[in-house]
Amino acid sequence: MEHTGALSAREMQEQVLDSMDLERERGITIKLRAVRIIHKAADGQEYQLNLIDTPGHVDFSYEVSRSLAACEGALLVVDASQGIEAQTLANVYLALDHNLEIIPVINKIDLPSANPDEACAELEDVIGLDGSTAIRASAKTGEGIDAILNRIVSDVPAPTGDLEAPLRALIFDSHYDAYRGVIAYIRVMEGSLREGQRIRMMAGSKEFEVAELGIFRPAPTAVQELKAGEVGFVASAIKNVKDCRVGDTITDARRSATTPLPGYRKAKPMVYCGLFPVEPGDFDRLREALDKLSLNDASLIWEPETSVALGFGFRCGFLGLLHMEIVQERLEREYGLELVTTAPSVLYRVTKLDGEIEEIQNPSQMPGAGLIEKMEEPFVKANIMMPKDFVGPVMELCQDRRGNFINMEYISTQRVLITYEMPLSEIIFDFFDRLKSSTRGYASLDYEVVGYRQADLVRLDILVANEAMDALSLIVHKDRAFHRGKAIVERLRGLIPRHMFEIPIQAAIGQRIIARESIKALRKNVLAKCYGGDISRKRKLLEKQKEGKRRMKQVGDVEIPQEAFMSVLSIGDEK
Amino acid sequence: MSWGLYVHVPFCLGKCAYCDFVSYPFVQAEAGRYLWALRREMELCPATGELPLTAPDTVFIGGGTPTIMPGKCLADLIRDLAARFRWPESAEVTIEANPGTIDRLKLAGLRTAGVNRLSIGMQAAYPQTLATLGRRHTYADVIESVQAARDTGFTNLNLDLIFGVPGQTLDEWRATIALACSLEPEHIAAYSLEIPEGTRLFQLVERSELEPCPEETELEMYQLLRQNLARHGYRQYEISNFARPGHKCWHNLRYWHNGNYLGLGPAAHSHFNGHRWSNHSEIERYVTALDAGEFPLAEDEQLDRRTQMAETMFMGLRLKWGVNLLAFRERFGVNASELYSGEIDRLLRLGLIEIADDHLRLTEVGLPVANIVFAEFL
Repeated sequence: MEHTGALSAREMQEQVLDSMDLERERGITIKLRAVRIIHKAADGQEYQLNLIDTPGHVDFSYEVSRSLAACEGALLVVDASQGIEAQTLANVYLALDHNLEIIPVINKIDLPSANPDEACAELEDVIGLDGSTAIRASAKTGEGIDAILNRIVSDVPAPTGDLEAPLRALIFDSHYDAYRGVIAYIRVMEGSLREGQRIRMMAGSKEFEVAELGIFRPAPTAVQELKAGEVGFVASAIKNVKDCRVGDTITDARRSATTPLPGYRKAKPMVYCGLFPVEPGDFDRLREALDKLSLNDASLIWEPETSVALGFGFRCGFLGLLHMEIVQERLEREYGLELVTTAPSVLYRVTKLDGEIEEIQNPSQMPGAGLIEKMEEPFVKANIMMPKDFVGPVMELCQDRRGNFINMEYISTQRVLITYEMPLSEIIFDFFDRLKSSTRGYASLDYEVVGYRQADLVRLDILVANEAMDALSLIVHKDRAFHRGKAIVERLRGLIPRHMFEIPIQAAIGQRIIARESIKALRKNVLAKCYGGDISRKRKLLEKQKEGKRRMKQVGDVEIPQEAFMSVLSIGDEK
Repeated sequence: MSWGLYVHVPFCLGKCAYCDFVSYPFVQAEAGRYLWALRREMELCPATGELPLTAPDTVFIGGGTPTIMPGKCLADLIRDLAARFRWPESAEVTIEANPGTIDRLKLAGLRTAGVNRLSIGMQAAYPQTLATLGRRHTYADVIESVQAARDTGFTNLNLDLIFGVPGQTLDEWRATIALACSLEPEHIAAYSLEIPEGTRLFQLVERSELEPCPEETELEMYQLLRQNLARHGYRQYEISNFARPGHKCWHNLRYWHNGNYLGLGPAAHSHFNGHRWSNHSEIERYVTALDAGEFPLAEDEQLDRRTQMAETMFMGLRLKWGVNLLAFRERFGVNASELYSGEIDRLLRLGLIEIADDHLRLTEVGLPVANIVFAEFL
């Protein structure tokens, strides 16, 4: 952007398109961003290029696929020091599915650890692209940028949409603005769009008037008209986000197109967890916050949930663990909410004896063992890439997580791609952390759900002071129930503070107790001497104690710290 | 209006292993500057606008180790204080002392200057525990100090004790109590050891070189203390304080009653009617401020009524007889039992407090876990 003059050197900063604090902190892209630049090509002509920056993480591949539907070509950027990563593969296949022209770019060649030759070789061996056509570049030094822009001009086909045809514009994203309503990010395929025009949503069938049109350069800039081939945004004072769904086609209300553009399949959440406000009074604020977040994030779903232990909250569905983490963090940061989060669960499928099939996204909904014919859980195909030295530990980890070995191939002399099929529930149980730690951070992981498989699953209940804590229940494989139960009660013993009475903590399957610990009663808690009348200091100590107490959840007579509800995730490996 | 005077002396022989207070080794020149600044503060302090015209009826010279200073310095200081604040002869005037820093000559000087109560930091009796605490004296030094105090006419002595020290056994503690009682002090204060961050003990515990005393043992030690002192004729009147009849510490009672006091010296705290302030704790800043004719103010806080009431509750609950509900109503114009009805109900149900004779107090169950009760009122 700096190179083409869209931004001055002064305006340029790192990750300029990642405007969320979270994106900058983590160095990742969560939300796709569109930008228009003007490039004066080698032939002396000026070309208008519309780019969409997309996330790379597997959780957000739906953002990638939506963007790809709005494009003619794709830049495949590979890090010269790291080579192809597992998620690169998935994204390349998505682009190929959309018949896009792919321009491979090897980035970061300025790094001392860069090995562009190896990255090129991987492009050929793993993806089947001609490595010799890859452009070697460094965004930092500017090397190769001209070559990329020229290649886009020469190789990516120009948009072919008919300017005179009835309007068809694909909504590939949207966000909600408190003043202007829904802002739809669109790619105009055919016809054109002007300010004041009456438009109709083809699926929603509601009509609106275009209040504002604009493009991103990258700051939103108003324009009078968006023509076939262009990318931009449209605001039409749409107050209800449901009236402007991502994937819908916008057409002219007076001269409608007959068929909409192919839309998107709605991304199906695979990971669920309960979100509860620490302060019961914050329930309404949490609802409003979720409402607002889902305006910009159609893949987030939620419904009210009540828990004996945690009170009123919401059961939320996410695309994956990262998505879940990000939503939690945004709720806490951007909306100032304090939340208790329950351990994530996948979507289980239960066939009951009477033939009825139920989808269970919350362990507490699991029918009694006597009613169940069979249980199935989602399996994924996991692609893991790593330096060859780590194959042993990674295979051991996968095996330990009930993985079935599928394939292993060398993608270069140094790196290996292994493929396993394994339960998604094992992936969301700290798999990624363990993968990273057993490969010193060198492994990359990508997975896709391949279907449901039958498994011997049981519900593990946790009882605190003889009361079942519904928010702590989880569904586990029968063979692991004992170890998992033991680890959880041990962990809870360390997390729940001493009370005035002894607190037994038990893990149970049905009526059977499989593990037990107890927290001894509090015996002594008295502040010492107050030196020279320093009562403020005493008061502050007591306030701190009280604050700690306030942050806990009162369940019956027991106060349970928030982190206890996530504790099942942080227990050590159950060996 | 009744009030107390506190004077802080920040010098010590050396740092104890459990102490996280600002204290300085005694150096003549440094002490001279401190004494000069303290006298400046005495002159300046009416500028606070809070100081009543009446004289204080309790005086407490604490530290640090006040008696590390030469006898003449101390006696002169006390005379200057008396001339400035004109307390009556009936006032309780306490000085803190550590064994090994007082002899007959020094004590006689203090007596003459008007000191009538001596608080001796015995802390422990057994060498191992004294060493763990980083104390620089022996039990023999304690015997000598008490003897010297009696010889010079002190009839109101306190011994400070600490229990729950790493390595200290229940038997050792039993013997320590007996050894303290055999010296026949009028007053005994016994605190369970706290190990604040930044102290030597804290480091040792962090590095697992010392095992902190288990809560169960600490509780047993506390109950043993209460029983054995009762047997020796000491009545418990506060969580950690025991006295023979007629020998409660009036100065400390003022803190527990959330009363008024003026603190002079580095790190000293003051309180008048909901206004709290404190002095700089570093000598250098304290002296520099006074040198410039400024008040050495570090913190200054006007408490809202709610906080004043909370403090009155949790300080008062430290007393054996508890918070006087009639006095509370008179002071704040509201009934504590209505204001805190929810908290009181919950605590009554848990059996941690009781209400009797217009007093709200800790029960036997509540006493060892008083913090839980205190925190409810914040």
